[in-house]
Amino acid sequence: MTMVGWLQIILFCVIIVALTKPLGWYMTRVFGGERTFLSPVLRPIEAGVYWVSGVDEKREQHWLTYTVAMLLFHVGGFLVIYGVMRLQAVLPFNPAGQGAVAEDLSFNTAMSFITNTNWQNYGGESTLSYLTQMVGLTHQNFLSAATGIALAMALIRGFSRASMRTVGNFWVDVTRCTLYVLLPICVVYTLFLVWQGMPQTLGDYVEATTLEGAKQTIAVGPVASQVAIKMLGTNGGGFFNANAAHPFENPTALSNFVQMLSIFLIGAAMTNVFGRMVGNQRQGWAILSVMGVLFIAGVAVTYWAEAGGTSTLHALGLTGGNMEGKEVRFGIVASSLFAVVTTAASCGAVNAMHDSFTALGGMIPLINIELGEIIVGGVGAGMYGMLLFVILAIFVAGLMVGRTPEYVGKKIEAREVKMAMLAILVLPLMILGWTAVGVVYPAAVASMANAGPHGFTEVLYAFTSATGNNGSAFAGLTGNTFFYNLTLASAMFVGRFFMIVPAMAIAGSLAEKKSIPPSMGTFPTTGGLFVGLVVGVILIMGGLTFFPALALGPIVEHLAMNAGNLF
Amino acid sequence: MLREIRPAIVLLLVLTAITGLAYPLAMTAIAGAIFPAQAQGSLIEKDGKVVGSALIGQEFKDDKYFHGRLSATLAPDPNDSTKTVSAPYNAANSGGSNLGPTSKALADRLKEDVDKLRAENPNQPVPVDLVTTSASGLDPNISPEAAQFQVPRVAKARNLPEDQLKQLVAANTEGRLLGLLGEPRVNVLALNLALDRAAAK
Repeated sequence: MTMVGWLQIILFCVIIVALTKPLGWYMTRVFGGERTFLSPVLRPIEAGVYWVSGVDEKREQHWLTYTVAMLLFHVGGFLVIYGVMRLQAVLPFNPAGQGAVAEDLSFNTAMSFITNTNWQNYGGESTLSYLTQMVGLTHQNFLSAATGIALAMALIRGFSRASMRTVGNFWVDVTRCTLYVLLPICVVYTLFLVWQGMPQTLGDYVEATTLEGAKQTIAVGPVASQVAIKMLGTNGGGFFNANAAHPFENPTALSNFVQMLSIFLIGAAMTNVFGRMVGNQRQGWAILSVMGVLFIAGVAVTYWAEAGGTSTLHALGLTGGNMEGKEVRFGIVASSLFAVVTTAASCGAVNAMHDSFTALGGMIPLINIELGEIIVGGVGAGMYGMLLFVILAIFVAGLMVGRTPEYVGKKIEAREVKMAMLAILVLPLMILGWTAVGVVYPAAVASMANAGPHGFTEVLYAFTSATGNNGSAFAGLTGNTFFYNLTLASAMFVGRFFMIVPAMAIAGSLAEKKSIPPSMGTFPTTGGLFVGLVVGVILIMGGLTFFPALALGPIVEHLAMNAGNLF
Repeated sequence: MLREIRPAIVLLLVLTAITGLAYPLAMTAIAGAIFPAQAQGSLIEKDGKVVGSALIGQEFKDDKYFHGRLSATLAPDPNDSTKTVSAPYNAANSGGSNLGPTSKALADRLKEDVDKLRAENPNQPVPVDLVTTSASGLDPNISPEAAQFQVPRVAKARNLPEDQLKQLVAANTEGRLLGLLGEPRVNVLALNLALDRAAAK
């Protein structure tokens, strides 16, 4: 670990905190339907969109209608991606002549993109046409991100409203989010990325003759426009197989730094939106502090482990950390930081191969996802995930003092706690359940690339990533098989929607409640005690659930490595 | 609930058209006009022919060139399309080795390469980036130490003084951005092009 390394990490944190408030202010205005500086340009488009789709923007929806609208929207989105992938061979924008994508892989990828997972069983440049990248993947990158943010807004409205039966209008929230938040940032961001060296072309793959006379086919494409939303919307599905490690998908140290910032940007701002909407920004800062504590701890461990290297490298006298599966322009620190950022949020883009990380360095990304990706988290998803944990923490605090728990003026009662538990229990059910199948079912076992405990970790990571809708991988695992295409798709589906429906039920139930003013007995939720309590609940819940699995994977691998065992 | 079906279809199609077609196509047009070189892939031409991209590494095996990092990229086996074969620096199928820290295959590969490099240059410690595979398999860079390490071999193959090559490496070394972001590095293709020019003089 070096001083320059830590300065990069500190600079990252400072910029995120500095951007949280202005973007939170802007997003609160957007979702409140107020005028913004972009309204003169965008308002006519927005009104036109509502007119053709028959949306009455004044009519709000009950939580159940809101949820059904969201689900219908996803059925359509699924069909668009699946259709484009199956038909890409006969559709335009296919200069590389990619054939139709297989049924199971199309199914997996469509599920992966509507759930904001963006797991890559496909190999970007070797499988997909430009049209699939644009209409299939880029568009769903926008819409799954907008959906996550819309759902978080609905839950926040549940807290901020009183005695109301509605939580907003899904169509309006998605449209406004796409037009006012995501698109304007992406337009500027795309140009920045192209400036840094990212291709943006519809032309053929380039045939080059290298200095030594060999032929090299260089895949290009409309990369920058997709990468902008891939990062901003915490989607993470790569244009190329190697994702953000590919020099075209992440050309420079600066593009890398900005990509990391853009992963956290909206998720961090959502905490401020929450604070503003419940009438006290300190409520938002308290939640961001919980995230910050867990984040810094994760970065410190991964950076320390990767800078330390492995016993194999030490035995050969190699210093400079674990560079297997990392790029020189990023080095140890930017690779470690990226790995923690991408798994703390539910992005899943990678700029280094997590499979080749040290045992402990690779364990932190795994833990980040298993904790529910509430450390900033996916756009929107991180916020509603975190609020579920807050409900549990408040409930625990209420039990300790023997008083009905309340949070930002809302009584937290049996219904909310049950729903929060239901949502959180989805994680172990899918992650541990499918991992257990994956390590005994012969066709699945054959997919492991590494032997020993590392192979187990590959399977555990795959189902963790799918359930958490992350999308990063221990990529040695051969995921493009019938077994994994289907099981991972089921984990993504359950991990996304079985979390959303209970969260929306909570939103509806909270919105109907009266708001009660704080009294002497109210547990203050803006101070250090609250932050400590929530961190504690998150770690205890995660620890109790996943420690045994981690012990079988990364922990035993670390001990084996130090004992000099190879597999 | 029925009245939600129309927006579910129409709004989806409208937003798909905006974000999936209008946005990427408009960005392609604008980016192509403002940054044409980058938008096409930062291609490098020599004598009118494309020799590669400034951002994409390529394979160098000859002693007279500086070598890049190890690449674990694959290509379909020409004899059996269900299998893959090693194809270093395949820029149409990026990827890493994905070998874990306790992998025997990785330990064996490291040992073999370290021994080979020690024989080539016993006077300097072997830089870690010369014996590890990159994440993309297309890493265009090596560390300045890795470039300096290869100077004796290249100097011998080219019959050029080592000092001249050391200066060439230094001239092609990029530092951290603002002294803070990223790592010091050398672009191998740029260095080798400069080397060819220096040797031609």
